[in-house]
Amino acid sequence: MSKFKKKSGDKSPAINTSALPDIVFMLLFFFMVATKMRDREMKVKTQLPQATEVEKLEKKSRLHYIFVGPPIDPKMGTTPRIQLDDAFATVDDIQAYITLQNSKKDEAEVKYMTTSLKADKTVKMGIVTDIKQELRQVNALKLSYTAAKEIRED
Amino acid sequence: MGRKSRGTPEVNAGSMADIAFLLLVFFLVTTTMDIPTGLQVALPPITNEPPPESVQKKRNVLEVLINANDQLLVEKQLMTIDRLRQKTKDHLTNEGRDPNLAISSTKAIVSLKNDRGTSYDIYVQVYNELTAAYNEVRNDYSMQEFGRLYSELSPNRDQAKIKEVKTKYPKKLSEAEPVSLGGK
Repeated sequence: MSKFKKKSGDKSPAINTSALPDIVFMLLFFFMVATKMRDREMKVKTQLPQATEVEKLEKKSRLHYIFVGPPIDPKMGTTPRIQLDDAFATVDDIQAYITLQNSKKDEAEVKYMTTSLKADKTVKMGIVTDIKQELRQVNALKLSYTAAKEIRED
Repeated sequence: MGRKSRGTPEVNAGSMADIAFLLLVFFLVTTTMDIPTGLQVALPPITNEPPPESVQKKRNVLEVLINANDQLLVEKQLMTIDRLRQKTKDHLTNEGRDPNLAISSTKAIVSLKNDRGTSYDIYVQVYNELTAAYNEVRNDYSMQEFGRLYSELSPNRDQAKIKEVKTKYPKKLSEAEPVSLGGK
């Protein structure tokens, strides 16, 4: 029996780390699942303007997105286009889109809905003004010119 | 030589944690939980009837025009964007001193008009400067009255204070219906 006697007392026993990979993998899977690489496929280029007075927007579920910018695909030309969800759209589609999106929401929530306008820097105001007019028509009066936070040194 | 092999040898899983950590760090770095930020605008509700012909004294209205060439015209004078903020602040805090600027802060109006050919970037910059001017005068007033910045007032506890600041400096930023003048 003494043949199998453990040696003890020499060193403190090593900490069992065999569960460490499991824990790390769990975290890994959490981040893999939680990471949303991209919400939708972008068809237009939107290089956002910068502003110092930006405010944080409401939660994502309370946002409508409208993208405006020159198409990424060079075959589509360079004229700025509107993108709603995953497809190109025209100014006339905005009213229907907002109405449809609002109908999916709770009625009480509709008045908190903000439209996030992601427009490219190079876009002219003409198209932006048209969008604003359409939004006014469907009573979607909360608008946000999405812009990146600019840090200025004063 | 004197090794005894009993069963399958154990796979060394010691580096598994390292590999998993590497992947974990990669995902941590690439994850952009970006919070969308933007300039908040409240659009005026649409009405079919023409707007009432309000008589605003000329001095109370600060006219800001941006043309199709992205040039800024403030009160019929050419101006650069970096001077717009100070000009707007002067207008809002004038309280009747300068005969060309607003008679009081509660009556002061900023009127923004742009062309269809104005670039969005310049428009956002101008809008940003105007918003900044309002925020700054509100902050100054709040600091002077309550010893705290307007932006730091809590919407729940300081409702009365926020209301007072808002009454003192109401955000009257009107946007005219756009016109196409630049021919672009």
